[in-house]
Amino acid sequence: MSTATLERIVPAAERDLKNHTSLSQSIANTFTMAYRGLVKIRRTPEQLVDVTVQPIIFTLMFAYIFGGAISGDVQNYLPLLIPGILVQTVITGSVVTGTQLREDMDKGVFDRFRSLPIARIAPLSGALLADTVRYTIATAMTFVVGFLMGYRPGGGLGGVVLAGLLVIGCSWAISWIFAFFGVIARTASSVQGISMLILFPLTFLSNAFVPANTLPDWLRWFADINPVSHLVTAVRDLANSGSIGADLWVSLLGAAVIVAIFAPLTVRAYMRRA
Amino acid sequence: MTSPLNEWAVEADGLVKVFGDNRAVDGVDLRVAAGSIYGVLGPNGAGKTTTISMLATLLRPDGGSARVFGHDVVREPQVVRQLIGVTGQYASVDETLSATENLIIFGRLLGLSRIEARAKAVDLLERFGLTEAAKRPLKKFSGGMRRRLDLAASLIAQPPLIFLDEPTTGLDPRTRGQMWDTIRELVATGSTVLLTTQYLDEADQLADRIAVIDRGRVVAEGTPDELKSSVGTSSLQLRIGGRDGGAVLGSDLETASRAIQRVLGVTAAPSPEGTRLTAPMADADRVADLLITLREEGIPLVEMSVQKPTLDEVFLAITGHDAADQAESADAELQEVRA
Repeated sequence: MSTATLERIVPAAERDLKNHTSLSQSIANTFTMAYRGLVKIRRTPEQLVDVTVQPIIFTLMFAYIFGGAISGDVQNYLPLLIPGILVQTVITGSVVTGTQLREDMDKGVFDRFRSLPIARIAPLSGALLADTVRYTIATAMTFVVGFLMGYRPGGGLGGVVLAGLLVIGCSWAISWIFAFFGVIARTASSVQGISMLILFPLTFLSNAFVPANTLPDWLRWFADINPVSHLVTAVRDLANSGSIGADLWVSLLGAAVIVAIFAPLTVRAYMRRA
Repeated sequence: MTSPLNEWAVEADGLVKVFGDNRAVDGVDLRVAAGSIYGVLGPNGAGKTTTISMLATLLRPDGGSARVFGHDVVREPQVVRQLIGVTGQYASVDETLSATENLIIFGRLLGLSRIEARAKAVDLLERFGLTEAAKRPLKKFSGGMRRRLDLAASLIAQPPLIFLDEPTTGLDPRTRGQMWDTIRELVATGSTVLLTTQYLDEADQLADRIAVIDRGRVVAEGTPDELKSSVGTSSLQLRIGGRDGGAVLGSDLETASRAIQRVLGVTAAPSPEGTRLTAPMADADRVADLLITLREEGIPLVEMSVQKPTLDEVFLAITGHDAADQAESADAELQEVRA
């Protein structure tokens, strides 16, 4: 601690103070918090295991176990499977956002974030934004594994990229649900528990792995209205034929509704704890 | 309303915070003058951290009101946050990040550009003697280094009011001294510092005024001198020796007691085993006179010591109960604050 001359502190009365946070400040704060999330990922790369290893294992497993039974052979199954696996993997990855947020919030640094004159939403929105990097990795891994196994998407590179962006965007929206659990839950493991309970029925009771017309009527009814089915269909349209159907708009609308409901809920819960 | 020359950095009136059936803060009033160091003194669990959390907008008060430079902490929290820096009891920095990364992120959040934030980080790290450790992950930092980084992070925005929650608890004496110097420097640049401490000595060394807080209430307030004189002063202890290797003579004790009465003007209390005398020492100058008198009287003196009033004695004197019996509730309160 040197005794170098220090700058004089500007007295409180001479400062320009405002009690609200502008939109541009909220966005700037969000990006700074996202940068923090990225630095953390760089420091602890082992937390990327779920988005790197899981797509490989699941794609291989599902393709060789169900391929013959469902589509006659593996090659014919891939156009059906890869979009399904992609949606399932990336959405599962968004659960981790909730558990990590819970762990993060237990640390002392969140006390400092709360005491800073920053947008209240920034610690949450920044963490969620940083996690889109994880979704991007999972997306790329799934398509690469599929390609190596012989998947040649008919929609071309453009269709695949658009499909990937759609999945990443929708998963970001869905991650607000798990962020909400993360904020209200007591422990990270309970976040994991609740989230998986919701996620398993949603991803498996859909058209992600099997054509929906093979399902019994009552299950088919559910699979048809399941938002995950719409997302999977939209991804198949884009990746396999480069076409944009009604399912794309339904998926985007669903994502918007989720954000509109859960982002304010999450921020309010976070503020109440703060 | 804010007057152009607001003299109060902190005004708290009847602050209350209840956790379940525990009234952690039970009607705290504080007035902290701008440009001063204010000490909040109390044992674990007295409500110090909870009070600071409310003043720093981290906790919503259940009752009462508080203003920071005239701005209400509940109605204008974002304004208050622009005026304060908070350094908690536990380091509120990111463990997985390096010291530089931590400071840059806080600087960016406070609206500095990338270049400004980096320059500020380098500057603060140098000022706090952390330049060499700047790139190491914080996990390898010592307690003192972490505390310094924490304080550095609170100074990025150069806030006019800084809250320090037990800034030296758990630090070794040398690091504690450095922290004291830093706090004095802060006030020299025009900051106001509100610090909490469990150590009477620390409050005495640093604070212009002290509030003693106990069971969520302010039980005494004043300058360190006022407080000490209300508590009582140091006590003088004399141990009388025996003659020719024998037992202590009762007559020697009596002679010594009379000498104390005569020279210091106070009554000495004999210890139960009859070898020691304890007397309040109001005026240190006259102790020399007493020692000369004792030699003239031929009293064999084995040991002489001066005992300062401890926090326990302050508490005993002000509240009538021991400081230690509160420590149990401290953990419970802390957990609730951090929840």
